[in-house]
Amino acid sequence: MTKRWILPLTLFCLSLCAAPLAAAEPSADEIVAKANQAAYYAGADGKADVTMVISAADGGTRERRFTILRLNDGPRDQKFYVYFQTPADVRKMAFLVWKNADRDDDRWLWLPALNLKKRIAPGDKRTSFVGSDFFYEDVSGRGLEEDSHQLVETTADAYLIRNEPKDPGSVEFAYYLVWIDKTDFLPRKAEYYNPQGQLYRRVEALRVETVDGHPTVIESKASDLIAGTSTLNSFSNISYDIGLNKRIFSERFLRRPPREVTQ
Amino acid sequence: MKVRHHLLLLALFVIGLPSTGLALGLLEDVPLHGFFDLRGGMRTGSDPLQRQTSLLESRLQLALEHYGEQAVLQLRGDFLYDNVAEHRTPDLEEGEGTLDLREANLLFSPIPSADVKAGRQILTWGTGDLLFINDLFPKDWQSFFTGRDEEYLKAPSDALLVSLFPAFANIDLVYTPRFDSDRFLSGERLSFSGFSGTPIAVDKPDRWFEDHELNLRLSRNLAGYELAAYVYRGYWKSPTGFDPQRGTALFPRLNVYGASLRGELQGGIFNLEGGYYDSRHDRDGDDPLLPNSELRLLAGYERELAQELTGSLQVYLEQLREYAAYRRSVPDGQPVRDEYRKLLTLRLTKQLLSQRLTLSLFSYWSPSDEDYYLRPQLRYKWSDAWLLTCGGNLFGGEQAHTFFGQLEDNSNLYAGVRYSF
Repeated sequence: MTKRWILPLTLFCLSLCAAPLAAAEPSADEIVAKANQAAYYAGADGKADVTMVISAADGGTRERRFTILRLNDGPRDQKFYVYFQTPADVRKMAFLVWKNADRDDDRWLWLPALNLKKRIAPGDKRTSFVGSDFFYEDVSGRGLEEDSHQLVETTADAYLIRNEPKDPGSVEFAYYLVWIDKTDFLPRKAEYYNPQGQLYRRVEALRVETVDGHPTVIESKASDLIAGTSTLNSFSNISYDIGLNKRIFSERFLRRPPREVTQ
Repeated sequence: MKVRHHLLLLALFVIGLPSTGLALGLLEDVPLHGFFDLRGGMRTGSDPLQRQTSLLESRLQLALEHYGEQAVLQLRGDFLYDNVAEHRTPDLEEGEGTLDLREANLLFSPIPSADVKAGRQILTWGTGDLLFINDLFPKDWQSFFTGRDEEYLKAPSDALLVSLFPAFANIDLVYTPRFDSDRFLSGERLSFSGFSGTPIAVDKPDRWFEDHELNLRLSRNLAGYELAAYVYRGYWKSPTGFDPQRGTALFPRLNVYGASLRGELQGGIFNLEGGYYDSRHDRDGDDPLLPNSELRLLAGYERELAQELTGSLQVYLEQLREYAAYRRSVPDGQPVRDEYRKLLTLRLTKQLLSQRLTLSLFSYWSPSDEDYYLRPQLRYKWSDAWLLTCGGNLFGGEQAHTFFGQLEDNSNLYAGVRYSF
């Protein structure tokens, strides 16, 4: 089903259920577009230090620390630079992503010991990011056009959106629900259901604060409810609109990490 | 013996450090990083002239870097106790002995649009996966074939790298003032075609600023497609020539001209690379003691096959130029190379247990030489600091003179443990 149909259908349903409010209510597509903007595109660029704690089912933990740089490159394309500080075996490794709206993302991994820029197959973006419960797609965002969106409920402070993949064979979920805050439009919780109808994965924003005028998730958690593992991300030293130069997101600055990530 | 004790003590000290919170706190203030690596390996067959032990070593790597306003300083070196090696006096050029200096360089920008990296450094380019056409930086085949970590396949260069970034392309120029050969198979540690136990005598070009090498790359990214052109001027990286009067192996002169393309295709990554090896002292191909020119081509494709399972396939072709002249020049009774050497590689990588366990297989198989080389490996991250590895290097072939066939007696299995800090 195409977006063209969802919008009128949603509006039609809404007008039936809550006729007096219908005019004021944004559509599902408008809500997810705003949420995508708030979650992934705030400011012209941004920087944050991330501490990632991965908890195994038996309680053991592993920790990763990295700095992430992001630059909006036009209305939809983006560039990401992720520089790892710990653990020791991935120290100084860097992960470069050119997020392309019209084709698969370009991804490279910099292996400092070999001085090698390794290109990564675009493949499945719904695989674990550095062994955590977050997926690559959680870090760089999922294309809005890849799912059809339906507003199923409006609570006092959130919109509940149901998202169904247009190509079910390309993903592991049958659908997922997202709760989007009504005031700042940041997604607060996403719950993923498998084809058996079982809830198996949850991603939550645990703490949100306003940084440089942008509502920002400063603590988030992803849980694999079947494996019993979870990952907690804590963001610090967050800044927006720091004037990142586009050339940072290139091989030159993989070989020579920019001071934005080394200091 | 003494060195080993010191290294073990140092290793225990390093490993013991994190056991106390205080020590860990102290360590975090010192920007010193590295690892301690202990590994051993055994031949699966036997070679009367070689030890059964193919690998037995402890290695402490220390890395230090300083990010200054004007420059970045990088130092990285390995303190090594290698029980199998016969030379233990440090030779930084050959990477022998108790110190293997991997990096010691200064990186700075003399002008905003240029970077310079001067000193000892690891250099890599080209698109092949464990196949190299335009990457003519030194390789350490002994390390690769005996089960050291894959990073040791790249030997350091003592060079000056100048990178320029005009709008139309990136330009990288590497000047190596004194030829850096591969850490090639010498017969000392690994046997091959009749050389076993005793190292072959080589005559290596070693005059500063005369026996030099030049590498040039022009590269650019066009809508996700990475294009590059390469030029090399130097020497064959392994001793492929022979001087009958002095009875020594030689590094004949070599120029290489090549190009590569890498990009996305059908949800995967493809790469194409080619290079013309111009053997400058035997362009007619009629000198039996010097290598002929060659054309080398490579095509590869990698993609995710299933969740956490990646596969890649490469097809490689080596054509010996002036083949008729070569055939005429080969003395009777000597093995004759085919005009075309064909090679296929397959890599399968599976990650399990939240990417803590990696099972991989890299295999080379040559239908023309009828030989193969398998590299199975298991890596288990027991914790963020501890890594356990085991694997094998398994060679075989129909004939004793082909590239992998000659290494058959060196097939080995190895295991190692690494603590990173």
